[in-house]
Amino acid sequence: MNEETQVYFIDSDVLPEKALARKHMLEQDPSSRTDPMKYMPGMEVLESDVKDKVLEQMNAYDYSLYTAADVERALSHDTCSIEDFKALLSPAAAPYLEQMARRAERETKNHFGNTVYIFTPIYIANYCQNYCIYCGFNCYNNIRRKKLSFEEIEHEMKVISDTGMEEILILTGESRTYSDVEYIGEAVKIARKYFRNIGIEIYPVNTDEYRYLHECGVDYVTVFQETYDIAKYETLHLLGHKRVWPYRFDAQERALMGGMRGAAFSALLGLADFRKDALATALHAYYLNRKYPHAELSLSCPRLRPIVNNDKISPGEVGERELCQVLCAYRIFLPYVGITVSSRESAEFRNGIAKICATKVSAGVSTGIGDHEDKYEGKDAAADAGAGDEQFEISDGRSFSKMYADMEEGGLQPVLNDYIYV
Amino acid sequence: MKDTWKLGEHEFNSRFILGSGKYNLKLIEAAVEQGGAEIITLALRRANTQEQENILDFIPKGVTLLPNTSGARNAEEAIRIARLSRAMGCGDFVKIEIMHDAKYLFPDNYETVKATEVLAKEGFIVLPYMNPDLIAARDLVNAGAAAVMPLAAPIGSNKGLATKEMIQILIDEIDLPIIVDAGIGKPSQACEAMEMGAAAIMANTAIATAGDVPEMANAFRLAIEAGRKAYLTGMGRVLARGGSASDPLTGFLH
Repeated sequence: MNEETQVYFIDSDVLPEKALARKHMLEQDPSSRTDPMKYMPGMEVLESDVKDKVLEQMNAYDYSLYTAADVERALSHDTCSIEDFKALLSPAAAPYLEQMARRAERETKNHFGNTVYIFTPIYIANYCQNYCIYCGFNCYNNIRRKKLSFEEIEHEMKVISDTGMEEILILTGESRTYSDVEYIGEAVKIARKYFRNIGIEIYPVNTDEYRYLHECGVDYVTVFQETYDIAKYETLHLLGHKRVWPYRFDAQERALMGGMRGAAFSALLGLADFRKDALATALHAYYLNRKYPHAELSLSCPRLRPIVNNDKISPGEVGERELCQVLCAYRIFLPYVGITVSSRESAEFRNGIAKICATKVSAGVSTGIGDHEDKYEGKDAAADAGAGDEQFEISDGRSFSKMYADMEEGGLQPVLNDYIYV
Repeated sequence: MKDTWKLGEHEFNSRFILGSGKYNLKLIEAAVEQGGAEIITLALRRANTQEQENILDFIPKGVTLLPNTSGARNAEEAIRIARLSRAMGCGDFVKIEIMHDAKYLFPDNYETVKATEVLAKEGFIVLPYMNPDLIAARDLVNAGAAAVMPLAAPIGSNKGLATKEMIQILIDEIDLPIIVDAGIGKPSQACEAMEMGAAAIMANTAIATAGDVPEMANAFRLAIEAGRKAYLTGMGRVLARGGSASDPLTGFLH
């Protein structure tokens, strides 16, 4: 059974009977699901020890053992050890949030000065071959699917670029069939005409495919592990290639091996024990930094959001204070990594966190497909009848110019590009 | 008394090189003015922008631009960025920054020497950012550098003259201007480096993150001038501890 995840299950009334039966079986009968540790054909296997190191630390982490004295000791140290980091993530650190924020602010200023980067995501397709029960794009969810043509991609990018934005993150649903690597590569080539800095957030691919995408113009790869708790992961990702946990885990390493300059990591906070997931996320970056010291690494911190057809999904026990604690702990432990805070969070939270530790925020965001022009020009919903549905509901809908002005007002210098393709 | 210094054929009065990338663009002009800076650095990758506010538009006329190659991971990338910089009209000065360490942003001396050699031959006035190492500094001299820029501490760390002894050796042994770069967190540290005989100070984070950017630029200016004056004056002996024995050890010699 899968009772604790019941809140995620939504049946579409247009699903064929057979598909519905399979969906129910996947949800209720664990033996109907594949082994999440077993690679599927075509998936490259890396001989890397990073997974083992992260899992060992995470499994041994008992945050209830940390005390106020551990937190105070951690804050008194010049550099933050893994042990210190564990204390800062523990419930014992909650009363020290203001002190953590002060320390995090100092580290951020020392490494990044008073700057904040602004970027925007563009979803070019929302087809997905996975059943991840909390995600709006999941293959059983009855949503409007869309894959942009190259003409549509060019048009969308032009609309975004006209606002002044210079960094773009290209996203797809996770479907090799509907959005293959060549399709994404062509989209990247179009993006190069309009943007200075290109990242991708797509399904994990092999090293040679990352190399191809890098040659097309991508330099940054984002892959969210969702949760590092394998037992939990297995109950959330019921079908599709995304079910293979270790292949996903090694995606950043393959990306770096394929020549990418940087990689981004995250757990989706709220899916499992968020303290353990936060620990694992940061250690994932920490160990890869030791192995690939040149890599520019960054962390994100998404919390669960409502999706189309299910507004009951929430981040549960991860409130804004908890999120703030996680982010401050990230900054103190890894002063050199970028921290991105997405439009899943409110404008007020993002304004505040940018002064403490965030180094990158998105603006002018749509998580739907092909609706930038409508959104930017304020046309009504009926006008984007041809658009694809959103992955999740955003919380901060600020436009680029509003975000720019708000960041400046907060004493930060917005940066649109700090990158040169060499 | 005139106390100028030179980079290539260019003569400067101010010994304060100011950074530009970590604070509000609108404060650059005031910081330059208050700091009395004649040279300002900027990351070429920041100038690589199309619209909105381009950092180049905020740099006052008459100030010498010192573009850096940050983002370069090896000599080849640094050379390409330097050439692009010249093509974009940013002049012949270039500060070489080559890093493949994202955590401490330490420069790679070996790749830096290689890039310096190529760019100096192409007529650039090359200022290499380096880890203070005498052997590498000599290689940089031979490669045609116009100055040597050793780090005092990791960039942005504000830890001051952590590499003091090594920098002193460079000052003593290298016949080019030694510009102390990175890690200087407060004016007193800048002053100390100048007392040691550094030709100039480059600072960015310490000023960028101050409560009042132009005022802090001014504080650095005063500290750098004080340190320079002390160096030129020839400071008296400063004993580590206590006094010295009054009976000479060599008193038995007739």
